[in-house]
Amino acid sequence: MRDRGAIYCGLAVFLALATFPAWHNLEAGVTAKGPAIKLPVRAKQCVAPAEYMRTAHMNLLMGWRETVVRTGTRGFTSVDGKPYNMSLTPTCLQQCHGSKADFCDKCHTYAAVSPPCWNCHVDTPPALRSAL
Amino acid sequence: MTISRQAFLRLSGFSFVVAVARKAIGAGARARWGMAVDAAKCLKRENCTKCIAACHQEHNVPSIPDRAHEVRWLWKEPFDHALAGQVDEYSALRAVPAMLLCNHCENPPCVRVCPTQATWKREDGIVAMDWHRCIGCRYCMAACPYGSRSFNFMDPRPYIHNANAQFPTRTKGVVEKCTFCSERLAVGRPPACVEACPEKALTFGNLNDPQSPLRQLLQARQHMRRRPELGTGPDVFYIA
Repeated sequence: MRDRGAIYCGLAVFLALATFPAWHNLEAGVTAKGPAIKLPVRAKQCVAPAEYMRTAHMNLLMGWRETVVRTGTRGFTSVDGKPYNMSLTPTCLQQCHGSKADFCDKCHTYAAVSPPCWNCHVDTPPALRSAL
Repeated sequence: MTISRQAFLRLSGFSFVVAVARKAIGAGARARWGMAVDAAKCLKRENCTKCIAACHQEHNVPSIPDRAHEVRWLWKEPFDHALAGQVDEYSALRAVPAMLLCNHCENPPCVRVCPTQATWKREDGIVAMDWHRCIGCRYCMAACPYGSRSFNFMDPRPYIHNANAQFPTRTKGVVEKCTFCSERLAVGRPPACVEACPEKALTFGNLNDPQSPLRQLLQARQHMRRRPELGTGPDVFYIA
């Protein structure tokens, strides 16, 4: 058993590496709850139920995009019967969600997805971000 | 279910008549947007670029100083360049600047060559663009005989000052051009350039409506179109 030291050192290194994700997340404060997004203050109901929006907002937005650009139709009626203009910045951001950094980006960063929407669509001015 | 030959023929004939009638009514009611530029009115204010400024501000068109990377929806060029062969050396219009934009051609060559159908002809005559679908191949730029299209060789964002949040910017690798302000037409407003012109030199209207101010103007005054010999059928007219 002259290799006892080396074996224990190896075991310790292996354990440290194997458990690295667990304690790294503990250190960084990552929980299974997901990121805390800033919900709209005034608006209480999104254009579709929150559960649907959570999982399929990208499909809804793609549908909006095709409808507006290809057919020129801009009106949309939400689940609760409210009329909306199908537009990302003027409707989603400027009417309800205020800032993309506090809403969109939080989840997208957490889920490590980078949708190209914001390469072209503009964020709201800073004054409006804090107001909503 | 059985159907007699007589009933079948009657039904087919009736469907055919209905389809033809619907198409005829639809074609008559549909607008076909066009524009006329009155050079004499435009000349009243030398060096006026209000139309260009209004358009570029409204649509977040970047102002890139390097001409090789220039992006433009609306621009000015001397008449003898813009309407080569139609303005001779004795014409008073020869050296005056003409306001140029996408001609929204009747038979647009850019649409024919686009491999992704990112640009297409709408039913109201507007040659529209879907920037989501543009892959930046620039076939349309090669096809357009009027130089109406610009390519974003680099990210345009740093060159857009005071962006309009109501309209998206474009991104690197995308072609852009005048859209005849389709987003304004959708809410019943005239194009930004028409609204901004202090001399009312730009007349926008429906070419399908004989009573529209545009048709009246074209009927009363002599006008030119850019490079008519190509058969593209521009919907932008220049009044001499």
